[in-house]
Amino acid sequence: MSFFARFAQNRGALIGLIILALIIAMAILAPLLFPESPWRMVQRPFLPPFEVDGFVLGTDTMGRNVAAGLMHGAWVSLLIGLVSTSVALIIGVPLGAVAGYYGGLVDDALMRFTEFFQTIPNFALAIVLVAIMQPSVTSIVLAIAIVSWPPVARLVRAEFMSLRNREYVEAARLVGQGNTTIILKQILPNTLSPIIVLASLMVATAILLESALSFLGLGDPNVMSWGYMIGAARTVIRQAWWLSFFPGMAILLTVLALNLVGEGLDDALNPKLARERQ
Amino acid sequence: MVYARLIAMRLLKAVIVLFLIIVFNFFLIQLAPGDPAAILAGEAGATDEAFLRQLREQFGLDQPLYVQLWHYVSGIATLDFGYSYRQQMPVLDLILERLPATLLLTGTAFVLSLALGIFAGSMAAARVKKISGSVIMALALVFYATPLFWVALMAVLLFSVYLDWLPAYGMFTVGAHYTGMAHILDVAKHLILPASTLALFFMAIYTRMTRASMLEASQQDYVKTARAKGLKDRVIQRRHILRNALLPIITLAGLQAGQMVGGAILTETVFAWPGIGRLMYEALMQRDYNLLLGIFFFSAALVIVFNIFTDLVYRLADPRIKEAS
Repeated sequence: MSFFARFAQNRGALIGLIILALIIAMAILAPLLFPESPWRMVQRPFLPPFEVDGFVLGTDTMGRNVAAGLMHGAWVSLLIGLVSTSVALIIGVPLGAVAGYYGGLVDDALMRFTEFFQTIPNFALAIVLVAIMQPSVTSIVLAIAIVSWPPVARLVRAEFMSLRNREYVEAARLVGQGNTTIILKQILPNTLSPIIVLASLMVATAILLESALSFLGLGDPNVMSWGYMIGAARTVIRQAWWLSFFPGMAILLTVLALNLVGEGLDDALNPKLARERQ
Repeated sequence: MVYARLIAMRLLKAVIVLFLIIVFNFFLIQLAPGDPAAILAGEAGATDEAFLRQLREQFGLDQPLYVQLWHYVSGIATLDFGYSYRQQMPVLDLILERLPATLLLTGTAFVLSLALGIFAGSMAAARVKKISGSVIMALALVFYATPLFWVALMAVLLFSVYLDWLPAYGMFTVGAHYTGMAHILDVAKHLILPASTLALFFMAIYTRMTRASMLEASQQDYVKTARAKGLKDRVIQRRHILRNALLPIITLAGLQAGQMVGGAILTETVFAWPGIGRLMYEALMQRDYNLLLGIFFFSAALVIVFNIFTDLVYRLADPRIKEAS
C-alpha cells in the first residue's frame, strides 16, 4: 500500500487534513481578502454577526472586523506553531542523539538536564520567559521551544539506543565511518518517522500554548492572534459572545485537525503498529 | 526502610532541582532589559532615583555577580522571597495566602479528571467495536484540542449568563458572610465551574490512556486464562484488565501535575479564583517580576512534592517495583 493510501485509511486523519488545508488557505488568503490591517476600526463596535454584509462575524469592542482578525490570526498561529516546533527539534534531536548514541556519563548528564526541564511546570516557565524577554513573536517562539524540547530528546535517545548496535551500524563502523557520519547518515534517517509524528502533535500543543500566552496578554502587540482576540473579549462576554466564540472554535479546529493528522501519520509511517492496534 | 531511603533520595533530588530553579531565576532577572533594581521594585522606568539607590544597596546590586547570587540563594533558602512593592506585602505571605485556594481547585480537578477519565476510558475499552465506544473517543479527542481558557469562558456563558445556575466569579458570595455548612456549600458552588473546566482536558488524556492501556492488558495471557475459566466478561474487565492497566495511568497522572498547575493559571484568571494562578496573572499585569518569580518557584516546588507523592503511591500499588529497586 502506498503511504497516502495507508494515511487515508484512517478517516479521521483525512478529515483533519481537509480542515488543516482550509486553515492554511485562510492564512494565505488573509492579505488578499482583507488587505487592510486587522487592527483598523471599520464599522461601529459590537456589531453582531450575520447582520451587515461584509461583516459576517461582526465587529469587536473597537469596531474591528472579527473575520479579518480570524484570518490574519490563522497565519500567526500556524507560523508560531511551525517555527517553535522546528526550534524544539533543533534543540531536542542533537541532545537525544548524542545521549542515546554515546550512553554512559554523557547520557547521564544530558538526561538529568532534560529531566530538570521536564520537572518545571511548562506553562509557568513559558509565562516567566516571555514576561522577562518582553512579548514578541521571537520571545514567544523561544519560550515555547524551550518548554517543548524534552519529549523530543527522550524519544530520539530511546530510538538511538535501540538502533546503535544494529548490524548496519556495526557494518558502517567496520568500513571506518566516524561517529558523526554514523549518527547523521546511518541512524538519524531511521528515526525520522517517529520524530515526524511527534512533531505534528507538537505543532498542535504549540498553537494551544501560543493562544494561552496571548490570552494572558503576553502576545506580540503588533500581531493579531486568536488568543489575543479571546483575551480582549473576556470582559464583555455577557454583551458579545461572538467575540470569544469564533476565535476559540478556530483554535479548537486547528488543534483537532493537527492531532488527527498526527494519528494518521502514525498509522501510515508505522503500519505494523497500526495493525496491532486494530 | 526502603521507603525511608527512597524518600531521602527523592528529597535530595528535589532540593537540587529547586536550587537550580533559584539560580535560573537569578539569571532571568539579570537578563531582563533594564535595571535589576527597577525590576525587583516591579517598576518599568519611572521610579524615584533615591528609592532605586536604596534598593541597589539593599540587594547588593553594586557588588560582583557571584556575591549577588549568594545573597539571592541564601535569601530564598531562609524563605525570604523578597517584597512585592506593588502589593505592599512580602512575596511569601502573598503566596501562602493564596495557596489553599489553588490546592482546593487543582486537587478537585485532579480527582475529578482521574475518576471520570478512568471510567470513560474503561467504557470505551469494553465497547471497542461499538458506536458508543467511538463516541467516547471522539469526545476525548475534541476536549483534548479545546483551549482551557476558552472552554471556561463558554461555561460562564452557558451556566452563568444564560442558565443562571452557577456563579461565574470568585470563591464565595461577596458580602454574604456565610459560616459553617452554608460557607462550605457556597464555596462548593463556586468551585463547580472552575474545577470541571480544568478537569476536562486532563479527563481527555486519562480516557485515551486508560483505553489504550486496557486494550494492551486484555491481550495478556492471564486474561485468556480468566476467560477460559469461564469468568464473566465484566469481572475480567474490572479485576484482571483494569487493575493492571491502572499502573501506567498513575505514572502519567504524576507527570501531568505540572500541566495542571499551568492550567490553573488560566482557569483562575477566567473565574477570578483567588489562588496563586490568579496572583500570577496580577503579577504579570503589574510587571511585578519579583512576585512572578516567587510564584514560579512555588509552582515548581508544588509539582515536585506531587511527583514524590505519586511515586510513593505507585510503589504501594505495585510491589514488584520495590523488589526491583
